[in-house]
Amino acid sequence: MRIAVFATCLADALFPRAAQATVLLLERLGHEVVFPADQTCCGQMHVNTGYQREALPVVGHHVDVFERALAPVADGGLGADVIVAPSGSCVGSVRHQHAMVASSAGDEPLAGRAAQVAAKTYELSELLVDVLGVTDVGASYPHRVTYHPTCHSLRLLRVGDKPLRLLRSVAGIDLVELPGADQCCGFGGTFALKNADTSTAMLADKMRAVQATSAEVLTAGDSSCLMHIGGGLSRLRVGTRTVHLAEILAGEGWDANL
Amino acid sequence: MGREPVSTDLGMPRRRVNPEASERGTLRGDLGFPQAARVALANGQLRRNLGHATATIRAKRAAVVAELDDWEALRDAGSALKADVMSRLPELLEQLEANVTARGGVVHWARDADEANAVITSIIQGVGARDGRPVDQVVKVKSMATQETGLNEALAAQGIAAVETDLAELIVQLADDKPSHILVPAIHRNRAEIRQIFLEHMAGVDPGLTDEPRVLAMAARAHLRRTFLSARVAISGANFGVAETGTLAVVESEGNGRMCLTLPDTLITLMGIEKLVPTWRDLEVFLQLLPRSSTGERMNPYTSLWTGVTPGDGPQEFHLVLLDNGRTAALADQVGRSALHCIRCSACLNVCPVYERVGGHAYGSVYPGPIGAVLTPQLAGMHGHPGVGPGAGPGDPVDTLPYASSLCGACFDACPVKIDIPSLLVHLRAQHVDGERARHRLPTAERAAMAAAAWVMATPGRFATAEKGLAAGRLVGRGGRISSLPPPLSAWTSARDLPVPPRETFRQWWSRRPSPAGTPSPFVRGAPSDE
Repeated sequence: MRIAVFATCLADALFPRAAQATVLLLERLGHEVVFPADQTCCGQMHVNTGYQREALPVVGHHVDVFERALAPVADGGLGADVIVAPSGSCVGSVRHQHAMVASSAGDEPLAGRAAQVAAKTYELSELLVDVLGVTDVGASYPHRVTYHPTCHSLRLLRVGDKPLRLLRSVAGIDLVELPGADQCCGFGGTFALKNADTSTAMLADKMRAVQATSAEVLTAGDSSCLMHIGGGLSRLRVGTRTVHLAEILAGEGWDANL
Repeated sequence: MGREPVSTDLGMPRRRVNPEASERGTLRGDLGFPQAARVALANGQLRRNLGHATATIRAKRAAVVAELDDWEALRDAGSALKADVMSRLPELLEQLEANVTARGGVVHWARDADEANAVITSIIQGVGARDGRPVDQVVKVKSMATQETGLNEALAAQGIAAVETDLAELIVQLADDKPSHILVPAIHRNRAEIRQIFLEHMAGVDPGLTDEPRVLAMAARAHLRRTFLSARVAISGANFGVAETGTLAVVESEGNGRMCLTLPDTLITLMGIEKLVPTWRDLEVFLQLLPRSSTGERMNPYTSLWTGVTPGDGPQEFHLVLLDNGRTAALADQVGRSALHCIRCSACLNVCPVYERVGGHAYGSVYPGPIGAVLTPQLAGMHGHPGVGPGAGPGDPVDTLPYASSLCGACFDACPVKIDIPSLLVHLRAQHVDGERARHRLPTAERAAMAAAAWVMATPGRFATAEKGLAAGRLVGRGGRISSLPPPLSAWTSARDLPVPPRETFRQWWSRRPSPAGTPSPFVRGAPSDE
């Protein structure tokens, strides 16, 4: 299968390992990966902060880029079958916000095109389990790991236990349940800045839960939530590392030849 | 200075003594949400009590909801019924009015809180004039609508004491406190505190009172029985009004509501115009959804239904006051109107990670929590969305409410009528931003930053250039982490580190990967495949 990677702006700029691991994992599974290099951002930060007008050109650009990625090579496209992103939140925005932003601006043709791109866009665990039909990706990861199911993966995308099924199949992993796992970590995009005190209080409780697991590694399907929880764990020198789900599934040593 | 009550204040602001502040009404607090939240977050006992209470209610609700195979179908039905009501509200309201009137009730229409309070006051004074004996005390069924209009305070100003008969509301009232939760108004009081409140404020209470729940309940019961037997006027809200029959419904746990609804000779019901259901049969859906979502019970102990007046049975005079107070402004908003579907179960409060940590106080409105964050701005009016008023202008605390959420979506999942609260919050944020845009042509720092980010992200070349600029962040960090940044990012680094930017962005890595021959574009490259 030819898979177009939507790296997401956050992973591209700050957490490239999440996107790199996604690429190498899919290639190891025998798929062809393409990267539409014109991609930027899904525009979720703008939409969720109330700047829908500013989000419109960002959404329009995303739809242009990935519509071309899905178009046949003969028509100048990249011939991708599907799009994958290492982020439940960004896929949630593509699926639940793009058409709405276009419709709100009265651009129904864009809304229709956005819906078509969204229908081909998957979060990593969805792609692996639902589209590619694998739960054992052949990775080994001999570490004590706990998993935070990010809010948008859980409630916008309904990924359910797909990430956990993938993790349970990893050889050597010591997977421990995170208490109160479905509670938000307090990130919420600009919420963390506009309501920093409340966000920090939520983060404090999440960190307490992480510490209770004695895990070496906290994993999740979203770099944004990991940036938030990881930022708190780093500040308090907790010693628990944050690692994106894709990096675990890519297998130990995946980054040896980056 | 009065003595500070020995209590944990989880909730709404105490009754305000500042007359200027009280004019802000019951929907508009004194502080913006972030500032009020900071105060609440510093209260350790509040955090502990709320965490415990909400976790308990969450577990109860989850258990009884899981019992029903058709829970999702019920939610769909509830949502569809409410959408239908909103789409033909004028017609249904007239039908309700006609049926209440035909059964001997009197219907009044109130545009806002003041009008509602004035109508109710004049009805009570009319009863006194008719009897030649002024009414100086009325009994009340727990009601959010009367809290919204500030009825008790309005009646007190006319020399009429309104006695709350719901046990939790009574506790709150005796302590001169305010509720902190829609359904469990005294969620913030423990039994030792309640004993102390009764000893200090309940006339004729046994001085040997203990803090056993049964003893406390018996004390309240004895206190209220005396009041019920002498009350001439009762005031209630309504959970539902049936357009088809003119029937009103109140759902409660204690039976004190039923005492109010049956003993006094005059009954006055204040109902928000959105509380309608079209037909009697529709109650079947809501009477399953409401108790399971609110108290986590399969069925509530008391459901009282009444239709007009029945000679020789119950109140012989019945008034229904229909309250707008910003609801038609919400109705005019095609997206925002779904907030009017709310049946006041408060399931969204109990699952909300923000409410759980800050309590009701920080919202500054009688409607706290996620539903309050979408309902209050629409009723009270905020910048960009008219309510009963246009909004209070710059610095209006109401304007901060749509941002009081991390958009985690737990509220949407819990809502029995499937109100998409996260989408409503985002919708109201956009209205607020557009309102600011219209008011100030000169952009705020935030708007300038958002516009710049959009400019960068709508074009790939600009984005790649901006990413290169991020590499400068490597200079700021120490030991792989950045621990201090200037405002507004200092809000982040006050409690969290940021990793230093990587040596190489993903797209830089991708562009230097060797490209296999025969690929159609420099950006397309795959693994050597078996094909």
